[in-house]
Amino acid sequence: MVVAVSVLLYHKGHEGNINKGAGGMRVSTQARAQAPLEAESQAQTRLKNFKSTMKRIMKYRVLLLMTLPAVVYFFINNYLPMFGVVIAFKNINFADGIWGSDWIGFKNFEYLFKTNDAFIITRNTLLYNVVFIVLNTVIAIALAIMLNDIKNRFFSRTYQSLILLPYLISMVIVGYLVLALLDVGKGYMNNTILPFMGMQEISWYSETKYWPFILTIVSVWKGVGYLCIIYLAAIIGIDQEYYEAATIDGANKWQQIKSITIPLIMPVITIMTLLAIGRIFYSDFGLFYQVPLNTGVLMPVTQTIDTYVYRALINLGDLGMSSAAGLYQAVVGFVLVLVSNYVVNKINSDNALF
Amino acid sequence: MQTSRLYQWSINIIMLIFTIFCVFPFVLLVSASFTDDLEIVRTGYKLIPNQFSTAAYQYLWNNSADIFRSYGITIFITFVGTLAGMLMTTMVAYPLSRKELPFRNFLAFYVFFTLLFNGGLVPTYLLYTNFFDFKNTILALIIPGLLVNGFFIILMRTFFATSIPTAVIESAYIDGAKEWRVFYGIVLPLSLPVLATVGLFYAILYWNDWFNGLIYITDKNYFSIQNLLNRILLDLQFLQSNTQQVGKGAELVAKLPLDAMRMAMAVIGIIPLICAYPFFQKYFVKGLTIGAVKG
Repeated sequence: MVVAVSVLLYHKGHEGNINKGAGGMRVSTQARAQAPLEAESQAQTRLKNFKSTMKRIMKYRVLLLMTLPAVVYFFINNYLPMFGVVIAFKNINFADGIWGSDWIGFKNFEYLFKTNDAFIITRNTLLYNVVFIVLNTVIAIALAIMLNDIKNRFFSRTYQSLILLPYLISMVIVGYLVLALLDVGKGYMNNTILPFMGMQEISWYSETKYWPFILTIVSVWKGVGYLCIIYLAAIIGIDQEYYEAATIDGANKWQQIKSITIPLIMPVITIMTLLAIGRIFYSDFGLFYQVPLNTGVLMPVTQTIDTYVYRALINLGDLGMSSAAGLYQAVVGFVLVLVSNYVVNKINSDNALF
Repeated sequence: MQTSRLYQWSINIIMLIFTIFCVFPFVLLVSASFTDDLEIVRTGYKLIPNQFSTAAYQYLWNNSADIFRSYGITIFITFVGTLAGMLMTTMVAYPLSRKELPFRNFLAFYVFFTLLFNGGLVPTYLLYTNFFDFKNTILALIIPGLLVNGFFIILMRTFFATSIPTAVIESAYIDGAKEWRVFYGIVLPLSLPVLATVGLFYAILYWNDWFNGLIYITDKNYFSIQNLLNRILLDLQFLQSNTQQVGKGAELVAKLPLDAMRMAMAVIGIIPLICAYPFFQKYFVKGLTIGAVKG
């Protein structure tokens, strides 16, 4: 059960132990080296440490070599681009290259924040993510509790399989599904559902006011199945005796959920929410680009930081603006991870990520 | 636990409604692809077609050069990417699971940090287009961003460290086995659940990826199936919202697959996932539960 949590707790605890272990070892080698011969110079100690490290490297050279491909990959794919953040502080032109171009300090950021864009993309990204986190979590927990209570195993399994289906498909396909529903001329809404309810046709892809709801529904549709299975696994792991005791004491269903289920799955809820909050400055690019079919009219409600960076780079070729927005996102996002982890660490250090 | 009949009925009904909500768009998509095109123009997409027709699939079958090539590319990148990714992931996860590995803390942090901070799209794009010249190559669909995933390394390392007894590895050493032999002779065979889970995750990531194609591929010959679907969808929308350019637009529209065909193509894009799903479901759900680190 709660494998999810145990993985993270294990991860964390392990790191802690290892840190202590390594620290302890360093102290003890130094102590051993210094205690018998006070006069022994520090240089010699260092040489000894170096020799023992080399010995360990030689002993585990095969293991170290095994890590090499992934280490090289991360260096190229993840670490090299980090140096590229300097682009945000430069006036890039391709004749001089990245390193030759002029430094312009915070000009790119000034341009970005002078326009209304910075406000709109930040607002959209944050608001959507807050709504998505709250709705997805609440609905997923509610469904997980219900799934766990369903006695008929066949039904329960069928529901589980089917609600996971949307999680599997790409956002491009989601774009097709949404179009089949919302297409102005042929969509299911305009042709079947709205006439049935006696309402006028709606030109979905040109009206901004519906999109906050549409995007939220799509996010719930695609994401809840996954979260639900995670919470279900946590709930299944709860000892049945708690519920038996509560039933004997006369607790009703709602009281049991409130005082047993929710508190016991709190570690999982905290971790999942923490991870989501750490990503609150990042939006699902596909959801905001593919699902509204890259429609210009809808941009005031569908533009987020990620779509802005993409459009500034690919459509406008504006490297300065695009990388400034990208760096803004990366830095604030990073700070948010640290802050949310710190807060959780203060409240209950068992639930923190690191 | 108190489970009255009423309660059972109500939770089943709620779950049923939510399940229908999840499945309904798929049903609509499939039935639209089997509907006669004229009927779609007249009455829109319907849940049950009046005139059942396989014309869309027949047309796609007869004009399948693009589709088959894109399909081939997607299958190729899924196969190669998953294989290479799995190899690199297991090879770094196993040493990280061994306590005595030199520089273990540094390496663990090196992997973990990639999950916390990144340089962003612009430097990555410049690196892969200017420095490596990946634009319009098949490598652009395999390497950037997808090949090795830090979450999967942590997932796998945790599995190795918790599920494989140290005693087994030590006794293998005593018997004279070398590191490499311990790895593929003992560790990997004992780790099939996590290998299946992570392999499935990689395969789905590659099968569903359209982002790399969107930014690095402009040549139609290198489109994966997702990029082909994406292009068809966005082109049509662009034409519909720019009806002023009727002359050129109408000509292009005539060339594009009609409504039922569009839906049929999307169906073709998800069929492999749906087919593979039952086989992998056991591992998939297990993977999701361990994979909570993935977030």
